[in-house]
Amino acid sequence: MTETKPSLLDQIHLQEMRMEGIVKKFPGVLANDHVDFDVHSGEIHALLGENGAGKSTLMRQLYGLYRPNEGRIYINDKEVSFHSPQDAIAAGIGMIHQHFMLVPSLTVVENVALGLKSSRGPLLDLDVVEKRLMEISDKYRLKVDPRSYVWQLAVGEQQRVEILKALYRGADLLILDEPTAVLTPQEVDEFFGTLKQMANDGHALIFITHKLHEVIAISNRITVLRDGRVVGTLNNDGVTKTELAQMMVGRPVILQYNKNPQKPGDARLVVENLSVAGDRGSDAVKGVSFELFSGEILGLAGVSGNGQRDLAEALAGLRPVREGKILLNGKDVTHTSPNHHITAGQSYIPEERMKEGAIKDFSVADNIILQDHNRPPYSRGSFLDFKLIDERTTELVNQYNVKTPSNKTPLKNLSGGNIQKLILARELSRKPAVLIASQPTRGVDVGASEYIHQCLLEQRDSGTATMLISEDLDEIRALSDRIAVIYEGKIVGIVDAATTSVEDLGLMMAGVLPETLEKQTVAPAD
Amino acid sequence: MQEKHNAKELLNKTFDALLPLLAVPLALIIGALLLLIFKVNPLTAYWSLLQGAFGSVSGLTQTIVKATPLLLVGLGVCIAFRGGIINIGGEGQLIVGALAATAIAVGFPNLPRMIILPLTFLGAILAGGVWGGIPGILKSRLGVNEILSTVMMNAIALQLSNYLLRGPLIDPAEIERGTQIAQSALLPKAVWLTKLVPQTLLHSGAIIALVMAVLVYIFLWRTSIGYRIRAVGLNPDAAKYAGIPVQFYQALSLMLGGAFAGLAGAVEVTGVSHRMLEGLSAGYGFSGIVAALFGKLHPLGSIPASILFGGFLVGGRSMQRAVQVPSALIDTILGLTVLFVVSADIWSSYRARRRLSNG
Ligand SMILES: Nc1ncnc2c1ncn2[C@@H]1O[C@H](COP(=O)(O)OP(=O)(O)O)[C@@H](O)[C@H]1O
Ligand SMILES: [Mg+2]
Repeated sequence: MTETKPSLLDQIHLQEMRMEGIVKKFPGVLANDHVDFDVHSGEIHALLGENGAGKSTLMRQLYGLYRPNEGRIYINDKEVSFHSPQDAIAAGIGMIHQHFMLVPSLTVVENVALGLKSSRGPLLDLDVVEKRLMEISDKYRLKVDPRSYVWQLAVGEQQRVEILKALYRGADLLILDEPTAVLTPQEVDEFFGTLKQMANDGHALIFITHKLHEVIAISNRITVLRDGRVVGTLNNDGVTKTELAQMMVGRPVILQYNKNPQKPGDARLVVENLSVAGDRGSDAVKGVSFELFSGEILGLAGVSGNGQRDLAEALAGLRPVREGKILLNGKDVTHTSPNHHITAGQSYIPEERMKEGAIKDFSVADNIILQDHNRPPYSRGSFLDFKLIDERTTELVNQYNVKTPSNKTPLKNLSGGNIQKLILARELSRKPAVLIASQPTRGVDVGASEYIHQCLLEQRDSGTATMLISEDLDEIRALSDRIAVIYEGKIVGIVDAATTSVEDLGLMMAGVLPETLEKQTVAPAD
Repeated sequence: MQEKHNAKELLNKTFDALLPLLAVPLALIIGALLLLIFKVNPLTAYWSLLQGAFGSVSGLTQTIVKATPLLLVGLGVCIAFRGGIINIGGEGQLIVGALAATAIAVGFPNLPRMIILPLTFLGAILAGGVWGGIPGILKSRLGVNEILSTVMMNAIALQLSNYLLRGPLIDPAEIERGTQIAQSALLPKAVWLTKLVPQTLLHSGAIIALVMAVLVYIFLWRTSIGYRIRAVGLNPDAAKYAGIPVQFYQALSLMLGGAFAGLAGAVEVTGVSHRMLEGLSAGYGFSGIVAALFGKLHPLGSIPASILFGGFLVGGRSMQRAVQVPSALIDTILGLTVLFVVSADIWSSYRARRRLSNG
């Protein structure tokens, strides 16, 4: 294969791809409802929509992972039918999934060569692959060391390898499913440079996202999906974020919150020199210290996998502390059980809500009492008071707009956004002194996100000390009073949210200390 | 095209619903083929099975007598399973329960019924609880796999029983007579369970088992401890997050499982044999697991399942007598039925899941 396609960089065979009237049904869900979508060579076409709008489903049909129930797919005006990704790859389509599919114990070149026919028959032709790989890499500024092992690479680099792999296999049309979720703002800029270069060379690109500013920054055309249907396809000239958000959600949306002035109070959570071992044994959190005050939201920003999760778990008592101290409401809770943290007044919204924050086979009502089932009023003696639990659940379900058929419905039948609202309802109704909220809006649609944000702000105003851990910098900036940036398990710095620019935060997320940062980027004041 | 799709879906769903129902006849048909090999008329054989188990007062009462220990062991299996623990140790827990009951009853022959009967049962429950608790603690402290450790506890219980019935607990009359049969002395009448129907074996243990089934249901679904056990079984990570000491409740659920099997042991010695015998457990410890599985691991579902299995045990014997086939053949047919029903269950839920993800 490597020998037979002499100039795989320059020939673009796929001029146009068109999907017409695509219908895809899942049990109880119409994931795609007569969707028309097209992209042509040289174009970046953004596919925008809330979670569950049907974006991934549409693209999986194009990539041969699902078969459509109805509708047709045309490539260069010829109807095609893909039975597997192999068919799609052969037709010049590549897809970069949000979760990478690389083999960690192999090198970059080996990963690219994996599954390809060698030009030397039974012998490997890694040198040939490497040479061609470097050509592509140079051309699109997809910098990566071909001989390093994948496990050594950062997430952003792994993504580059995935793209290289697709290009190497001759992809003329690239589907990128939420590719920017794992990148720092600087990396996003670089990545957009690459996308533009590819489009200039005649590639067709489909860019899936739910981040409005990215859509406006990069795409030529925008298609908005809502509830499986196309709301509209627009040219990207003069559209505003507000318009797009409204199309996406179906009603006007607040993008900027009006925050009340902060009324800072006493330190509710004091963390001193905290070190925590990660899953691999070595320290994932290294000597972290900070204070969290009543009435503030402290954002914890950072690229995914820099110790946020381990820190949150240690704060909740779920992960052993190796060194250092945690004071909660003045009480030393360093080496105590989760129950101690709960009774000392802490609520925790975990990142993996289905895995840790709720029991999917329990009913809505049973999930409401997860922490407090053995305390009055929910139980008297050892017996659960079902009438009271039911009343309380109804109250919270109404107050927090959780859409559920009944209080007895198993949690797994609710949508992600509603489950998250339910967890939020449970955690906030416990009137916590300290709230650790980890990725509270991940996988949640815009409407529910907005609602969750409002709740967090209200909670702040009523005096709760909140730590907001998020990989979404926009979310952090919109809600936080102060922002702590974590990089490789250390807090790089804690800065004021209102006065620090995205660029500076981005540099800090890459490990640049705030002190050096000022010298580099900000002219000395006066 | 659309209609064809719907029709296919309907067919699929009907098939799934029928699968478990088809499993029993299918197993019986294969059993019938086996019977034919032995030159036996399957219809006669199956009729005698049904007649034997449910067709007469004596058959019916025997069925219930067999169902009683199955249900008690099954309840223990349900509790442990709800806590996420697989308890294979019913056999050993039942044996130590019976041994403890025997030792206490034989040891205090002159106490009044009001005192000795509860004491006997308490002893059996504690012994079974300890026998389940040891693997429970090994699991929670050291992460020892409970399937392995409960099986090993079975072996230890069996050896303990062998020793006690030949030594400290042996019936003194056996030594005098020199017959040396490994069995205990007859228990004092004060601990014999009341007969429910005169001239039959049916004793009040059946009522104990039924009441227990209802209590276990209430315990698991109405109390905060039951809530915790179920939370730990369904999602240990979320339970830990909620401040529930997961390992404690895992150990507790296994201990309670053992306690119920121990109770089954006490019911057997005080209700049926009135003394401890070798082979008293008669595989109840294992059949109880199957009965619980058949009852979908629900305490109330275990009631009909235990009666069904009790019926198989009793009816199987009359079938054997009626058509003269080896008893292994009857066990085979029984085993086939279990295998088919359980696989049908797994298969149909697998199909349901696959349909869900494939659209
Ligand atoms: N394999 C599947 N089985 C059943 N339902 C699915 C499956 N994949 C997606 N869905 C449902 O289809 C809808 C669209 O999902 P998806 O395409 O993943 O949305 P998006 O990528 O826009 O967030 C959702 O309601 C989702 O729950
Ligand atoms: Mg998606």
